Amino acid sequence: MLNGSVGSLGIAPELLAVFVGFGLVVGILFGFFGMGGSFLVTPALLMMGYPPRVAVGSGMAFVFGTAVIATLKHHDLGQVDYKLGGIMIAGTTLGIEVGRASVFYLEDLGLAGGIISIAYVLLLGGIGLMVTREAIKGGGGGIDHDAVEKDLSEYEIPDTAKWIQQTIRIPPMVTLRGDVRVSAWVITFVAFLTGLLSGFLGVGGGFIRMPAMIYGIGVPVPVAVGTDLFEIVFSGAIGSYLYGQGGGVDLGIVVPLLLGSALGARVGSAATAVVDADGIKIYFGGMLLAGAVAVGIGEIGSYVGNPVLETIGLLLVIGAAVVVAAAILYTTVISLRESHHPSPSTAD
Amino acid sequence: MAGLEIPTWDPATALLIGVILFEAVVLYVGYGALERLLGPRIMKLLLGGVDSAER
Repeated sequence: MLNGSVGSLGIAPELLAVFVGFGLVVGILFGFFGMGGSFLVTPALLMMGYPPRVAVGSGMAFVFGTAVIATLKHHDLGQVDYKLGGIMIAGTTLGIEVGRASVFYLEDLGLAGGIISIAYVLLLGGIGLMVTREAIKGGGGGIDHDAVEKDLSEYEIPDTAKWIQQTIRIPPMVTLRGDVRVSAWVITFVAFLTGLLSGFLGVGGGFIRMPAMIYGIGVPVPVAVGTDLFEIVFSGAIGSYLYGQGGGVDLGIVVPLLLGSALGARVGSAATAVVDADGIKIYFGGMLLAGAVAVGIGEIGSYVGNPVLETIGLLLVIGAAVVVAAAILYTTVISLRESHHPSPSTAD
Repeated sequence: MAGLEIPTWDPATALLIGVILFEAVVLYVGYGALERLLGPRIMKLLLGGVDSAER
């Protein structure tokens, strides 16, 4: 039955183990930081030699599966605004389709791999710099896990969101959870831009959409998190469907990745209860920067036809993620033991 | 030139997405049950080492 590949997935056992392991790492990062992880998958697949449409399509299908699992959890906590989600879905759908069409068009021109990689370098580099700077300053970056436990009425609307709400009052106006009143066009515009990014890069877009919802629309953090995940379920499903029609979704990649990430997300999420995320955010920023460098090195290797550079790039992007995930696990275990055995003399 | 495309009904692709959705739900429920079942034992193992977990 197996005959060199695992069942109907048609994948070698070694590769299956690699994908489950990588999924576990990505899941830990996603569960702990509430973002990240998933946008390491597409560049890793690109560097492993998968065609751009398979790398992006499978990356998007993986994001879809991850979002389903996370939304089920947030639905149980009552943190999803379905009205906001519905409008976001409409704008994102159009954005994804424009992004996807761009990938297929660039692929016809033979430019897709290069341009997607450059976009990743800029994106990972930009976000990596931002998160690292915030971490060094001692500020945020990523989800404030403590914030999720506050009441919705306790949240202040950021100044930018207040300005947008007072300036752009094109009807129809909608009222969202937390008594936020905003033009449906603002929501649609934010959704279109993030959908464009999703369709072009195969990412969930949450790391752009969540700050956009908080600072652009003014919704409370927990609602932004829950609604974002709900929206990713739909955008991920539509994107995966469109890529799947073009043969871009490989179950041999998605199924093992999801198997590992679902477990990793539980571990990462549980770790947030015992570890201070601020201390590790600097590593997260460093990981994103390493990812940007890795994609750049891999692309140069591909351009000059040097497979060693491509391998170095791949090892760097996976290695950086593994190191951060291991740091989270190590810190969690140490924190747990310290909290239960404050003095070494009392230990068995 | 690649233009905008309206998704057309494709049973094979719908099945593909359905498989991923099904796997996600099964993993949510399955890992949740596993966490309830093995969680306390794993915590004991992490906090007190192998001996305390076997007790």
